[in-house]
Amino acid sequence: MEQRRKERLDRGVKVRSDGLYALMSWRELSYLTLPRLVLILGIIVLPFVMPNMYWQRVISIVCIYALLALSFDFLAHFLGLVSLGGAFLIGVGGYISAILNTTFGLSPFVTIPIATIVGAAVCTLLLFPCLPLRGVYFAIVTLMYPLALKRVIEALDLFGGTNGILGVDSFPNSWVEQYFVIAMVLLFLFGTRRLVNTDLGLVFRAVKDNDQAVKASGMSITYYKAIAVFIASGMGCLGGACIVHIFMWSGISLFALDFSIIPIAATVIGGGGTLVGPVLGAFILVPISELLREFGTLRIVFYSLALMAFIVFRSEGIMVYGERKYHQFERWVKV
Amino acid sequence: MSEDQPILQVKEVTKAFGGILALNRISFDVHEGDVLGIIGPNGSGKTTVVNCITGFIKMSSGKVYFRGKDISGKPPHKIADMGVTRTFQIMRPYYSLPAYKNLVIPLFSPRAKRTGGWRGGGKLGDRNTVGIDILEEIGFERDSYVPYKTASTLPTGYLKRLELARCLALKPEVILCDEVFSGLSMSEIASMVPLIERLQMDGITVVMIEHRLRELFRVANRVLVMNFGEKLIEGTPDEVMANEKVKEAYFGSEDVEEVMTHA
Ligand SMILES: Nc1ncnc2c1ncn2[C@@H]1O[C@H](COP(=O)(O)OP(=O)(O)OP(=O)(O)O)[C@@H](O)[C@H]1O
Ligand SMILES: [Mg+2]
Repeated sequence: MEQRRKERLDRGVKVRSDGLYALMSWRELSYLTLPRLVLILGIIVLPFVMPNMYWQRVISIVCIYALLALSFDFLAHFLGLVSLGGAFLIGVGGYISAILNTTFGLSPFVTIPIATIVGAAVCTLLLFPCLPLRGVYFAIVTLMYPLALKRVIEALDLFGGTNGILGVDSFPNSWVEQYFVIAMVLLFLFGTRRLVNTDLGLVFRAVKDNDQAVKASGMSITYYKAIAVFIASGMGCLGGACIVHIFMWSGISLFALDFSIIPIAATVIGGGGTLVGPVLGAFILVPISELLREFGTLRIVFYSLALMAFIVFRSEGIMVYGERKYHQFERWVKV
Repeated sequence: MSEDQPILQVKEVTKAFGGILALNRISFDVHEGDVLGIIGPNGSGKTTVVNCITGFIKMSSGKVYFRGKDISGKPPHKIADMGVTRTFQIMRPYYSLPAYKNLVIPLFSPRAKRTGGWRGGGKLGDRNTVGIDILEEIGFERDSYVPYKTASTLPTGYLKRLELARCLALKPEVILCDEVFSGLSMSEIASMVPLIERLQMDGITVVMIEHRLRELFRVANRVLVMNFGEKLIEGTPDEVMANEKVKEAYFGSEDVEEVMTHA
């Protein structure tokens, strides 16, 4: 039997656009910018095409999940830290923003940046002892953090206890709310994509692949892990801060497991390591989960089946697949 | 050698792995500008000495001093930051990166920022350029695009050089080389010997673990022989060659003179 093998070759336009030639022709320039433009414009028009208030609200929630997915992908694929602590970040950011707003009367546009930075610092400090842990151990410990914090708040009746903090200010109107979170997703998406291509990003990847060599180069891996955890926590806390202003309420449901799990599912679907993929994954997954809401608890079954089918048939993720199709062509060759 | 303080002092270092004594109260000094060769049969504890000095494993007891300062028990990145660097016997490049990007990482370190890299006079230029310059000096042909090749596609000879280059990027004071010649062809070794000599001329103190005695004895000015985690003898290459115990432990029945003059 004749043996055949699939060969993948970079498209000429990709090879040329890797250099400076791209600036010379419209075709190559658009090859580079078109996918980005489609993504940005697509997200920007979303609030207009949504049929009603309910779905506009869904857009905001999707963006929060997109931030969490971005944060997860960044830590997991560039630092090797698989964090299941999404809910922890949401909770810390949310509570800080709610407290600042209700006790000091600061506007959401002041509390959100403060909650992002202070929250990131708090999370990094609390996660610091776990940084030497690897793989599944880090994952398990980070999973415990939101559960523990929730119990502490309940037991000590802190910050309103089980009732939570009521009367948090909302955004001025729903357009501001949506475009604020959309802007944040785009900002952090392109920010992290740029970051991972800098020399610092190279060090991050080195910490993941070869920590011994990084130590031998006179660099503390804990320090670089802490920087990355700070950045990732910032994204999560930002999401949490936005949520309390969207729902005008902060409570222990901010520590819901959804915030830890859905971002991971979104990363699996979108394609880990691409950063764009997880964002797209959130934009696919969260609306599906909203549509399935009518089915009550049965939706978990549909949801899991869809995920399983996806993992079986397209385990590489949408973005990895898409990027390959965009940049390369395939053909069968005789061996 | 002047009578001043040794740059590196190893004092009574012991390391036990469970029941095995990998190192048993080993002591030696390295003076500034020396090339100290460490030889010994497989499993005699050579790599373990390097690991203890550079902090990659915690020693069970004993002390290591660098320029009179106690560095025992410090984490490896602090020790590397002081200028005591090492290569790995099992090479650890960043396989997915091009060779020159492998050097961008050490050049990002605080020490490289202070010193500017191997030839840098305290000022670090563009990390990519400095990386390519270091690679060229260490034997990567710039015009053949070897520095731009992914590390996973490079042959062993280049990976060994890359290990050395990672140390050089920090502008080290001491380099501990763990078998940089092993796995190389005769001609590759021949081309690396001048490199070691150049390090010495640059004022870098070198500790070399090596099984290739002929080349080692050419560059080393002191040799330490280890056996079962203990120091068997230490001296100049000539003294070591003449020693009866060394002949027995290390070369078995073989005649040392023959090993030295052969090939
Ligand atoms: N991590 C470890 N755990 C348990 N035992 C170890 C460990 N590392 C080394 N050893 C043991 O310590 C002894 C010394 O090992 P070491 O690697 O230092 O020898 P070596 O002189 O470098 O040998 P080679 O010439 O093969 O590189 C050996 O008996 C080895 O089995
Ligand atoms: Mg060894």
